[in-house]
Amino acid sequence: MVVKVYGPEYASSKRVIVTLIEKEIEFEVVDVDAFKGENKSLDYLKLQPFGLLPAIQDGDYTLFESRAIIRYYAEKYKSRGTELFGKCYLLFPFHQQWLEVEAHNFNPPLNTLVIHTIFSSKLGITPDQKVIQENEVKLGKVLDIYEERLSTNKYLAGDFFSLADLSHLQLGHYLLNGAGKEYMIRDRKHVSAWWDVISNRPSWKKVLQLFPYLN
Amino acid sequence: MVVKVYGPEYASSKRVIVCLVEKEIEFEVVDIDLFKGENKSPDYLKLQPFGLLPAIQDGDYTLYESRAIIRYYVEKYKSQGTELFGKTMEEKGKVEQWLEVEAHNFHPPLYTLVLHTVFSSKLGITPDQKVIQENEAKLGKVLDIYEERLSTSKYLAGDFFSLADLSHLPFGHYLLNGAGKGYMIRDRKHVSAWWDVISNRPSWKKVLQLFPYPT
Repeated sequence: MVVKVYGPEYASSKRVIVTLIEKEIEFEVVDVDAFKGENKSLDYLKLQPFGLLPAIQDGDYTLFESRAIIRYYAEKYKSRGTELFGKCYLLFPFHQQWLEVEAHNFNPPLNTLVIHTIFSSKLGITPDQKVIQENEVKLGKVLDIYEERLSTNKYLAGDFFSLADLSHLQLGHYLLNGAGKEYMIRDRKHVSAWWDVISNRPSWKKVLQLFPYLN
Repeated sequence: MVVKVYGPEYASSKRVIVCLVEKEIEFEVVDIDLFKGENKSPDYLKLQPFGLLPAIQDGDYTLYESRAIIRYYVEKYKSQGTELFGKTMEEKGKVEQWLEVEAHNFHPPLYTLVLHTVFSSKLGITPDQKVIQENEAKLGKVLDIYEERLSTSKYLAGDFFSLADLSHLPFGHYLLNGAGKGYMIRDRKHVSAWWDVISNRPSWKKVLQLFPYPT
């Protein structure tokens, strides 16, 4: 049975897709246009009652929340494709820690920045310079901590690529593509090197090729 | 070796402590006074570079982000204490899904509400009625979806108590204790019944008795 992923155009859905590619899991996609409100259709709300993207359907099994989906598949297919938890993850669970850091420290200010820079006209909101500045400062402090971490570790969880690094690709992409904030990555030597390594993985390049970001 | 938990007075730390109690894992606590800035001391920042609570120390290594910590201990001590991830991989996926819902849908508006009601004077912020109203509306919509879910399911992930339910206790507590928003729970029949079941678990009562919330 092939996994169905809803809403491939959107960043959070790409978090799931890049994971499925790393784990060599077959999938197909179903377009959902959030700007036309298709995520609020009765059918979609049966899958994802909060109306958010993505959701997946795997036979009779459905799941939503991208970071729950990637954890599920990374565990279920542990022996296939890339190991995304690290080999000794019960001894060194740092991938879980850094995945949470991504979700609660990196994602929120970046999400706000993206809304006020790239999607402001599409969402009908006036870009608020004060909000942009505040969130750039917040994100900058987080990236300073990443710079320190990555000066002694090749990847966030240690010397191995994991779900934690992967989870930064989707929204991180916008910093260098559209939000005009490349310097936030490029001015930090180790963050910059890390970004180049993770964004040049064949899995991510395949996602960008198959499912280009909306403009 | 006994697990050390930093900052037991605070809600996010209680997320870890209630989990350790459920899993029958021995622990000790180290007080950290947030309001005196002890979370920004160089010693604490070595443990948790973002200066947030909690962090834990288990032998030689440290871990932070409460939802990473609880996932780790539930996985590591699978055969001890309460089963908190369900019995199958698919049940675990549902637990992860609702744990992510708690983190990204329930927590953010509730956290803002708590800052503007319970902690406004301590933090020196003027309660903003517009912010309170907006976040109450957001949280209300989330709780409506919970009401629907809990009308057909005893607990969030299924017919079993899990990390997903547990994760709501520390901040959910404030709705009925301090924030003056108890009606948000009590006006929803199934959410109310669910809250009573989960908050009456011996583990949570023990946490409240050992580590009362600061007033």
